Amino acid sequence: MSSNVRKRPKFNRYMLARVLPYIILSIIGLLFLLPLLWLLLASFDGSATLALRMPADLTAANYASTLSSADNQRAFMNGLILALGQALLVVVVAGLASYPLSRYQLRYKRPFMYIILFATGLPITAVMVPVYQFFLYLKIQDSLLFTTLFLAASALPYSIWMMKNFMDSVPLELEEAAWVDGASIWTTMRLVVTPLMLPGIFTVGIFAFAGSWGNFLVPFILLQSPSKLPAAVAIYQYFGQNGIVQYGKLASFSIIYTMPAVALYIIGQRFMSQGFSFGGASKG
Amino acid sequence: MEAINPRGSGVKRKRGSGEQWRAAMFLTPSWLLLLLFFFVPALLTFYLAFTNMSLTGAAAAQTEFIGFKNFTNMFQDATFRTSVFNTILFLLFSAVIGQQVMGFLIAFLMNGRNRTFRSVIGSIVIAGWVAPEVVCAFVWFAFLNDSGTANAMIESIGLKPITWLYTFPMVSVIFANIWHGTAFSMLVFQAALGDVPREVEEAAMIDGASAWQRLIRITIPMIIGSVVTNMVLVTLQTLGSFTLIYALTGGGPGNATETLPIYMYHQAFVNYQLGYGTAISLMLLLIGIIASLLYMKLLKVKL
Repeated sequence: MSSNVRKRPKFNRYMLARVLPYIILSIIGLLFLLPLLWLLLASFDGSATLALRMPADLTAANYASTLSSADNQRAFMNGLILALGQALLVVVVAGLASYPLSRYQLRYKRPFMYIILFATGLPITAVMVPVYQFFLYLKIQDSLLFTTLFLAASALPYSIWMMKNFMDSVPLELEEAAWVDGASIWTTMRLVVTPLMLPGIFTVGIFAFAGSWGNFLVPFILLQSPSKLPAAVAIYQYFGQNGIVQYGKLASFSIIYTMPAVALYIIGQRFMSQGFSFGGASKG
Repeated sequence: MEAINPRGSGVKRKRGSGEQWRAAMFLTPSWLLLLLFFFVPALLTFYLAFTNMSLTGAAAAQTEFIGFKNFTNMFQDATFRTSVFNTILFLLFSAVIGQQVMGFLIAFLMNGRNRTFRSVIGSIVIAGWVAPEVVCAFVWFAFLNDSGTANAMIESIGLKPITWLYTFPMVSVIFANIWHGTAFSMLVFQAALGDVPREVEEAAMIDGASAWQRLIRITIPMIIGSVVTNMVLVTLQTLGSFTLIYALTGGGPGNATETLPIYMYHQAFVNYQLGYGTAISLMLLLIGIIASLLYMKLLKVKL
């Protein structure tokens, strides 16, 4: 290598141009990794501190105690009820809505889609105070069911938008063949459209699930009873408690809480390879 | 759209008024949910912002219409002005500049590199994005703590530790949000850069354009549409950002990191001034509406 450099001085610069991106990216990657690495190592450390270090006392006890606590189990269960309920509701409701929006000629289609797209952009945070007042007025606050319904409604705009675009890419010929064979609209929906829409259904479902699983503000405002709080709010309360904080346990709770989101992202990636190209969004 | 339109497809089918009915039936559940839980509360903002609704005190018994009083109070309220300023700082440095520049840098440098290397770096960045905001807040609380990893690194090179969350609270939440949100911009720019035809750059290279010239004159102009759309999107996402700041600093110390969503929360749920809180929401909503309209215009959607 060094003899090469001596013979051809230009090679040095060429090498640098090739290696530099790797060096810069490695530094950025390391900086991004450090905070997470601490979380991972602390979760296996029986006497975790706030600084990154190899576990002084390597153990899975943090996980065991996090998982065996009845309060934590309930928090995860509540989170699951909210996220799963919302995702199922969103998939069914958005799926139904996307069919006529994609297949039929409707006079109100254009304004409807514009309203949907417009609502996609509105920050949910901005409506939380009136939503709370609305819930208070109807006496439906502190209810897992109504919180789920609100989460579903807030996820609907982008879900309908995505679902309609997926529906547009499903060819019509197969449905037509089913009609020719005398199948009803419901049979066609169930046996022809739904299987073809599976990638779309999974993408929308995963997005919706991850969105409400990670959502803190909505349950924080709409739910009050400790027994109804999901993991997102439970973890904040542990973390907010003054006094002796057991970082290892909190870290293991965080890891367990983060896992479903990571797993869904990995599964979902197979379906959303084109999700980030805006070219696709304007198709319709 | 033309390929999908069933009208004119050769097959005869039950349609006409039946189709309209079916469409209405299929759309009703989504309309109901949206109306009840999204549009009604959003419209309610416009009414409640003009009331003195409160959970405590005399106003709690009877809510009255008070006209623009919430707004005249707001513009004289020093904390409100601080929170507007903080929101702008946070938006500008964490999203518009921070996430976009970092996301572009990573996507640009990754372009054409080793596949495995790319996926390792990409996964690390994405992990910070996939993690729920509360977890991000906890991780950064630990990272920036007096005895956290950041200070351990600083001390190891012989410098004095920094009390990040007290001395530089705004910088801290901005760092945390860049860490959390960069992946989105990275993915957008990766997709956009992937669409830039290689030949164009190669032609410029043959003509003797330097790497910098190629970046400024060719690559960026070719993806400018994605840059602008992404900017509006990250602005909208960051505008409503509550959890990360709330869990990390609670808006403090003092009101050093009090952004509009945090101030709205404090007024509505800590001071129980729901009317005033809603007036602050309305400000957020109006900024959101403007950005959202801009976003729609930029996408140039054809329906």
